[in-house]
Amino acid sequence: MEITYVYTKFRREFGRPGLFSDRAETVMVDIQPNPNLISNFVVKTPRDQATQACVDMCEHPVNTERFESTNCGVNHMEGAWPKDINPRDLEQTVRFKKKIEKEENYVNSLVHLGYVMDHCIRQNNTIDIYQEHFKEDTMEKVPELPTAKTMCVFRDPNKVKRTITGLSWHPDGGRKLAAAYCSLDFQKSPPDMSFDSYIWDLENPNYPEMALKPESPLVCLDYNPKDPHTLVGGSYSGQIAFWDTRRGSQPVEYSSLEHNHRDPVYKIIWLQSKTGTDAFSASTDGQILWWDVRKLSEPTERLVLDPSREGNLDRALGAISLEFEPTMPTKFMVGTEQGMVVSCNRKAKTPAEKIVCTYEGHHGPIYAIQRNPFFPKNFLTVGDWTARIWSEDIKESSIMWTKYQMSYLMDACWSPVRPSVFFTVKMEGVLDIWDLLFKQSEPTLSVKVSDKPLYSLRIQDNGQVLACGSHSGEAALLQISSGLSILQKNEKSLMAAMFERETKREKILEARQREIRLKERSRSEQSREDEAGREDGDDDPEELLAKVESDFYSLVETEMRKREKERRAAAPQEEEACDENETKDEAEDEGKNEEDKVKNEEDIGKTEAENEVKTEAESEVKIEAESEVKIEAENEVKIEEENEVKNEEENEEKNEAEDGQTE
Amino acid sequence: MAEVEETLKRIQSQKGVQGIIIVNSEGIPVKSTLDNQSTVQYSALIHQLVMKARSTLRDIDPQNDLTFLRVRSKKNEIMIAPDKDYFLIVIQNPSA
Repeated sequence: MEITYVYTKFRREFGRPGLFSDRAETVMVDIQPNPNLISNFVVKTPRDQATQACVDMCEHPVNTERFESTNCGVNHMEGAWPKDINPRDLEQTVRFKKKIEKEENYVNSLVHLGYVMDHCIRQNNTIDIYQEHFKEDTMEKVPELPTAKTMCVFRDPNKVKRTITGLSWHPDGGRKLAAAYCSLDFQKSPPDMSFDSYIWDLENPNYPEMALKPESPLVCLDYNPKDPHTLVGGSYSGQIAFWDTRRGSQPVEYSSLEHNHRDPVYKIIWLQSKTGTDAFSASTDGQILWWDVRKLSEPTERLVLDPSREGNLDRALGAISLEFEPTMPTKFMVGTEQGMVVSCNRKAKTPAEKIVCTYEGHHGPIYAIQRNPFFPKNFLTVGDWTARIWSEDIKESSIMWTKYQMSYLMDACWSPVRPSVFFTVKMEGVLDIWDLLFKQSEPTLSVKVSDKPLYSLRIQDNGQVLACGSHSGEAALLQISSGLSILQKNEKSLMAAMFERETKREKILEARQREIRLKERSRSEQSREDEAGREDGDDDPEELLAKVESDFYSLVETEMRKREKERRAAAPQEEEACDENETKDEAEDEGKNEEDKVKNEEDIGKTEAENEVKTEAESEVKIEAESEVKIEAENEVKIEEENEVKNEEENEEKNEAEDGQTE
Repeated sequence: MAEVEETLKRIQSQKGVQGIIIVNSEGIPVKSTLDNQSTVQYSALIHQLVMKARSTLRDIDPQNDLTFLRVRSKKNEIMIAPDKDYFLIVIQNPSA
C-alpha cells in the first residue's frame, strides 16, 4: 500500500522567503492494523535468540619491578672423570691419561685430526682469510642524525637520594666512574643521609664497585691521572681527603681542620708535577690551596682571590670552579660566585702578581670553566643562563656566547676529540650538545636525560661516552653518535679561523670602546659646564631613557633613509668600500656598538644601565650634533656589505663543514 | 704413540700456535701444552660448544655432521677438529 502526500506550490511563489506559522496538529495518515495479514505469520515460542555477552577486556602494558641481578663466578670443578678416579689425585689422573694414549683408536684418530688441523693452520699463516678485501670508506654515505643514547643509569643505592655534584672518569680507559654525592641544599640534609660516594664499574650498573667513606659528604673528586688507584676529594666541610682504592674505602689521609677551607670545597684538580702528588682546591671561602697529598696536614701554598690583590680574605671572591690544563702548568683559571673569571699565574713571585687578570661577563656564579683542548687560548664558561666562549687576549667580554636559555646551565665541558663540540647540562634535566661549526645559535642536539635537574657532566677521554649526574643521585651514561665524536676533516682549521675571526671582532670593538672613552674624557675636560648640566639631567633615569629612546629611533630612521640612498649609490663602490673597510671599521663599529648597547639596556635593566647610558647618551648626542651620522650611515652600509660577505664566507665554511660531515 | 708425538710437534712448530689440547669425548683433557688452569677451562667450555654445534647441524640435517669448527676472536683463533671420540683444539694467533 503506497502512502503518498502531495505538496503543491505555485510557481510564482518559488523564491519567496518562507513564512512559517504555527497551527494545530492534523492527522495526515492513519494506518490501522490489518487483521487479514495475520495469516502470513506464525507465532513461535520459545524464541532461540543468540546474544553476545562477553567480558569487557582492555589491554595494559605493565612494566615489571626492577629485577636486581648479580654477577657471580662459578668455580668449574673437573667433571667427566670416571667414578673410580679422583681428579685431585695426580697419580691416578696421569695413569688414566697414559692408558688412553696407548689406545689404537686414539692414535689413529689423532693422526687424522692432525692432518686436518695442519691444513687449517697453514692456511691461516699464508693468507688472512678474514681479511677485508675491498677496503670501503668507513665513513657512511648517509649522514646520520646526531644522537645520544642512554646506555645505563647508575642509581644511588641509598634510600635518601643525594645530588651527584662531581664526576671523574678513571684515567686508564675510562672503565670506572667515580661520583661524588652530596646534598648541596643548605641545612636541608636529613639526619640519616649517608656520606658515601661511590666508584662505579661500567660493567655492573646494579651496585657500585666501591664506596668511599669520608667524614663529610664529598662535593668533588678527581682521579689522579698518573696513578689510577688514587683519588682526591673535597668535602662539604672544607676538608680534603685522599684515597687509595687498594687500601679500602676509608681515606688514607685527611687535611687538618685548621688549615683547610672554611666552606665546601667546590673543585679539586690534580696537578702535573714530578712527584705526581700535587693537587689544588678551590672553595667559596675565597681561597685556593695547594696540597701535597703525602702530607695533607697543611697546604703547601695558598692564594686568596682578592681582586684588589691585597690578600684580604674579607673581600675575596668565592671560587666555584677551577680549570687547569696540563699543557700550561703555570697558569690556571678560577670561576667565581660573583661571575668573574680570574686568571692566575702560579709562578709569580709575590701574591699580588699571582692574579694576572679578570674576565667579567656572567651575571651569576660560574659553574664550569674549561679550556678548549685543541685551542688552549680559548675557554668555555657557563653561568647564569648562557655559555660563553672567551679568548685569553680579550678581557672585556667573551667572543662568542649562546642565547639566554630557559633554565640555568649547571655544567659544561668540551669534547676531547672534536674542537667545535661542547656539552652543557641544564636545570631542567636536559643535555645540550653544541656543534659550533654546524649551528651557533642553537644546540645541535638536545636530549632530555632526566626529570630532575642535572648537576654535573663529564665526558670520557674517547669522546664517545658521557656521564651526567642528576639531583636524585642518578648518573646516566650516554653514548654519543659517531658523527659528534669523530674528528671531521678541516675541523681544526675551520675552528681556528672562527675563533680568530671572533677574537678580532672583539678586539676591534674593545679598541673602539677605548677610543670613545678617551674622546669623552677629552671632551669633558673641555666642556665642564655642559657636563654638569647634563649630569643634573641624568639623575632621573627615566627621563634619560626616554631621551635615549627618542634619540635612538630618530637615529635609526635617518640612517634607514640614508641607507636606501647609499645602497643604490654604493653598488659600484662596493670594491672600494671593502678596501677602505679597515680604516672605517672603527667608526662603523662605534655606531653599531652604541645601538647594540642601547638595545641591551632597554632589555636588561634600567638601573644597571644608568652609567653607560650617561656616557652613551652624551656621546650619541654629541655625534648627532656633529653630524657624523652621514659618515656612520655610509660606513654602516659598507660594513653591512662587508658583513654580508663575511656571512657568506661563514656560510660557505659551514657548508664545507656540513659537506665534510656528510662525506 | 710416536706418531702422535710427531703430529703434535709438527703442529706446535707452526707459526703462531699458542697451545694444543686433546680432549676426549667426555671432556677430559688428555694432553695439553698449556697450564692446568687454562686447559681445564678450555676443555670444559669448548667441549660444550662442540656438542652444541654438532647437535645444531644434526638437527637441521641428520645426514650432516661437524667436520671443523673455527672460532675467530679479536686476539686469536681457536680451531677445533672433532672426531668420534676425541677432539683436537689448537689456539693460534696468526698475525703474531
